[in-house]
Amino acid sequence: MNKSPIIQTRDLRKVYQVGKVDVPALRGVDLAVAPGEFLAIVGPSGSGKSTLFHIIGGLTPPTSGQVSVAGQDLASMSDADRTNLRKRTVGFVFQKFNLLPNLTARDNIAVARYIAGMDSRPDPEFDELLRLLGINERLDHKPSALSGGEQQRIAIARAVVNRPSILLADEPTGNLDTENSKAVLAILRDLNRRLGQTILMITHNPEAAAYGHRTVHMRDGKIV
Amino acid sequence: MTAKLVLENLKNRPMRTLLSVALIAVPVTLILCLVGLSHGMLEDTQRRTRGIGADIIVRPPASSFLGLSGAPISQGFVDFFQKQPHVKMTLGVVNQPVQGVTLGATGIDLAKFSAMSGGFTFLSGGPFRQPDDVIIDEYYADEKGAKVGDHLKLLNQTWRVCGIIASGKLARIVLPLGVLQELTSNPGKVSQIYIKLDNPANTQQVIQQLKSMPALQDYPIYSVEEFTSLFSINNIPGLKQFVWVIISIGVAIGFAVVCLSMYMAVLQRTREIGILKSLGGSNWFILRIILVEAMIMGIGGTILGILLSFGAYWLIHTLVPASIQMVIVPSWWPISLAITLVGTAFGALYPGLKAARHDPIEALAYE
Ligand SMILES: Nc1ncnc2c1ncn2[C@@H]1O[C@H](COP(=O)(O)OP(=O)(O)O)[C@@H](O)[C@H]1O
Ligand SMILES: [Mg+2]
Repeated sequence: MNKSPIIQTRDLRKVYQVGKVDVPALRGVDLAVAPGEFLAIVGPSGSGKSTLFHIIGGLTPPTSGQVSVAGQDLASMSDADRTNLRKRTVGFVFQKFNLLPNLTARDNIAVARYIAGMDSRPDPEFDELLRLLGINERLDHKPSALSGGEQQRIAIARAVVNRPSILLADEPTGNLDTENSKAVLAILRDLNRRLGQTILMITHNPEAAAYGHRTVHMRDGKIV
Repeated sequence: MTAKLVLENLKNRPMRTLLSVALIAVPVTLILCLVGLSHGMLEDTQRRTRGIGADIIVRPPASSFLGLSGAPISQGFVDFFQKQPHVKMTLGVVNQPVQGVTLGATGIDLAKFSAMSGGFTFLSGGPFRQPDDVIIDEYYADEKGAKVGDHLKLLNQTWRVCGIIASGKLARIVLPLGVLQELTSNPGKVSQIYIKLDNPANTQQVIQQLKSMPALQDYPIYSVEEFTSLFSINNIPGLKQFVWVIISIGVAIGFAVVCLSMYMAVLQRTREIGILKSLGGSNWFILRIILVEAMIMGIGGTILGILLSFGAYWLIHTLVPASIQMVIVPSWWPISLAITLVGTAFGALYPGLKAARHDPIEALAYE
């Protein structure tokens, strides 16, 4: 791949302060991800995978090092800039789905559009995507009435509704059975193939990792 | 979309929402009742004073315009006024409190009063026939469940109800002048004097003339119009301050209820706040949701408070129609809404800022 990376980190470090103790979560991560890549990240629990996502996704600032996402330098970003990054540049999918429990599936997706300021535009392509995800019939249900697999598909729809440059999926199949896991992974692969969606996916499962183009391993806050 | 988020949140915890709204409604009702009572009492007194048909009122020296006690004016004045130019008739009355400050008995010469006012409208019974006769108005009769011929205890005496009159003139309880003078040990004295002129247009002229007399220097003399216009909330000592105290309590309760309610809501929704933040929701977006939710509860509380004030109105009219008057004062609805919104907005500010400042990662990890 000769395109310039959509994500680039150099000597990325993150130290959490827990009481008086410093907890190093990332100890110098160097990573480059090309646009359109589907990258799997594996590694033991506590190795810093989620922290890496949180920094790339603008949920928390890095302690030191360089990190650029879609041409933006995150190291020097203000809180407000990172909020804007989360609106349109990245989409998150979590292990626990994280849908708003009081809203229907449709409204969960609509909230993301509303927050990003995209709610007034009709989006025929997105309607097509909903059909692809097979959740068209379930949109008027609240999360509590949906199966795990359905909830995660809604969460994916919500994550990509604003056409983010990057989709960050943190153990998206961690709470799903085999069948639903396969369905979700197939959807991610479809998104990547059809729309060229750049995807980073954390997983414990080698079978899941095999859906990506490439796998990187993390251990003790570093890529090995 | 904000509205939807807020409404779904409110709907999701109906008990909390209803309780908060009910608590916010309490001070709203209090404020509206207080204002309604003040207006009601004043309007009622104004109406009854106007019903006398006089043009001028002469009050005892050093009396406040509110209430009277004793009968310090010599009856000689009544005859004196009668002889003044333009004066058509005069009426000296004795006022005696019966129950608190809101209910009093008035002693009159019924024939003179009828000449001045056009007379009472008797709903049943008729004028005095015996010294222990009392005339009462329909509301007091209702309140006491009294009919003509019944006996009533008033001012440590037993009276026979001789007539029940339509309300709106002079007083609710009317006794023969001489009897009340005897009873209050004020023979030959009256509490105040009403003067009717040949033509109301002469009122100011006569007042000027009376005021210029040295013997009347110390006597407050008002036109009835001027006197009744004094019956406003601003003129009643302490009432304005009391209204302010109740308003402050209203703001404080609204503040406390909303602060507590929203604080708990923010705790319960920590994770949802994290989700909204992960979607790019700004601090202001989060704060706005909390504020709007509090405002809606404030508006709901105000509406409920207004409804409850109608309930209080109904209760007062049904139970104590003579002692207490209350009116519905719609001009205070927006004021009470503003009071509530100030309280709720401030109450929501702390929980709202707390929510807005949540660290998204910690919020998302919240179980
Ligand atoms: N918000 C936080 N505060 C304090 N320590 C944290 C926080 N998030 C992660 N850590 C610590 O950082 C390290 C890496 O965690 P994490 O990135 O969640 O790893 P992984 O996702 O690979 O399991 C762990 O030691 C974890 O305890
Ligand atoms: Mg993790």
